[in-house]
Amino acid sequence: MTIELRLDLERPGFRLTIDTEVPGRGVTALFGRSGCGKTTLLRCVAGLERSVRGRLVVNGETWQDADRFTPAHQRPLGYVFQEGQLFPHLSVEGNLRYGYRRIPAAERVVQPEEVTRLLGLETLLQRRVTEISGGQRQRVAMGRALLTSPRVLLMDEPLAALDAISKAEILPYLERLHDELSVPVLYVSHAIDEVSRLADHMLFMEDGAVRAEGALRELITRRDLPLAHAEGAAAVIEARVTGHDDRHHLTELEFDGGKLVVSREHLQRSVRVRVRIMARDVAIHLTRPRDSSVLNCVPARVLDVSDDPHPGHVLVRLAVGDSTLLSRITRRSLAHLALQPGTDVYALVKSVAIT
Amino acid sequence: MLHQWISPQDMAALWLTLKLAAVTTVVLLILGTPLALWLARTRSRFKLAVESVVALPLVLPPTVIGFYILILLGSQGPIQALGGPSLAFTFTGLVIGSVVYSLPFVVQPLQNAFAGIGTGALEAAACLRAGPWDRFFTVVIPLSRRGLLTAITLGFAHTVGEFGVVLMIGGNIPGETQVVSIAIYDHVEAVDYASAHVLSGLLLALSFLMLFVLYAINGRIKMVMP
Repeated sequence: MTIELRLDLERPGFRLTIDTEVPGRGVTALFGRSGCGKTTLLRCVAGLERSVRGRLVVNGETWQDADRFTPAHQRPLGYVFQEGQLFPHLSVEGNLRYGYRRIPAAERVVQPEEVTRLLGLETLLQRRVTEISGGQRQRVAMGRALLTSPRVLLMDEPLAALDAISKAEILPYLERLHDELSVPVLYVSHAIDEVSRLADHMLFMEDGAVRAEGALRELITRRDLPLAHAEGAAAVIEARVTGHDDRHHLTELEFDGGKLVVSREHLQRSVRVRVRIMARDVAIHLTRPRDSSVLNCVPARVLDVSDDPHPGHVLVRLAVGDSTLLSRITRRSLAHLALQPGTDVYALVKSVAIT
Repeated sequence: MLHQWISPQDMAALWLTLKLAAVTTVVLLILGTPLALWLARTRSRFKLAVESVVALPLVLPPTVIGFYILILLGSQGPIQALGGPSLAFTFTGLVIGSVVYSLPFVVQPLQNAFAGIGTGALEAAACLRAGPWDRFFTVVIPLSRRGLLTAITLGFAHTVGEFGVVLMIGGNIPGETQVVSIAIYDHVEAVDYASAHVLSGLLLALSFLMLFVLYAINGRIKMVMP
């Protein structure tokens, strides 16, 4: 189950050369700056770029090779455009059913009722698409794409055109899609917070090529990539709910490096969750602090120390079990604590967010 | 009652005019739609030249257009030289002349409408399994309803109002090539102002009605689909 991407596209002043494979399940983020070619890559997968050469195989089905180019309307995919691209002459329901009506009945794995429920569109069906909010439009665009029962879902910065409130409204739906549907997703984004909430895998792109590729958890903490050095740098950890402390309104989590508590969440015991820990929220102690207001303290080992864009700061990578945490501390603290690779320390985590 | 006001010959001219306008509009839609689609999408270097040719009937005197079409269709013309029939002074000849004469009135509104539909909507439709024809009928046509309606109305109304081209290539054969505008001219020449009044009044009312309906419908489409 893989998506094989071996593509070559030349345009004046730009060249896209991709030669890689990504998992045929879960969410793969195509991540990079504007102009790095991530949207173009997505369009190549969709068959919207006619001049691309190469080979494209999606979970065993060849969509393009030396002597074949399946046109876009014959590829079993769903595409969610940045601006939604809903049809203004159709109602919400008309938009949702546009693609659904065009696939053979036997291939309709996803049903309209299911999608309207999943995306909370029940009350909007008869509305005109020009009358609903940006966030609602984007949900319709996702529903419309899902209703073609796609073999792969392509999403081009579906949240980029939305304000913060609409974004917050739509992210839970995206996470539900991730959890409840087994369709592989290629997700284009340049927002690391979005990606670290949703993606499992990442293609880090630069100048029309893949610079790094791998599990999201790994890539966002790699010191040779700009992600770990960004202002909002964070680590992502997979954890399990172990219980609740109702008296203090806390939920207890466990991961391979220790235990964490977060604000009370309505989650069942032993549910798997993903937590995000910002580099600026991790402090380092040489000994286990006894009297601290910070609840989360896990034993860790210094992996390495690297320069930060800010001259007064350094970035310390910590091994916590099999996971990696990032910690941004001042250069003075680094000297004071005499941190070296291999030093055993305690990581104090001021804030943990379940994503 | 109508017989008191309109002679059978004028009735025939009126009927012929409407038939000519209807046939011309249909032919123009069939020819003009692909042309307008091409003009709206192409980056070809011939685009400007083609656009200029399409717009020529807007500025040329109708007699000039009629003259060239007469040369083309007439007894010494290239169509006959290639073994075709003589089309001058026939209904078919009138249709050909009218198609040329009203071409910009159909192609330009269509071209504007098609250009207004971004490639985005078409790509979205393609990613929802709609093939090229499917996209044309379910996305392009509904999204260019206003342009289409304008093209039909202007094409029809403009053909109804043509005079010079018809006079040059159709002559003035009652019942065969005599259209209303020429019948009016004849009545005025013969100082039969009463008949001229009736036909002119009918044409005025018809033209007003068509434009009124066009603007009314377009206004509603605009309100519903900005």
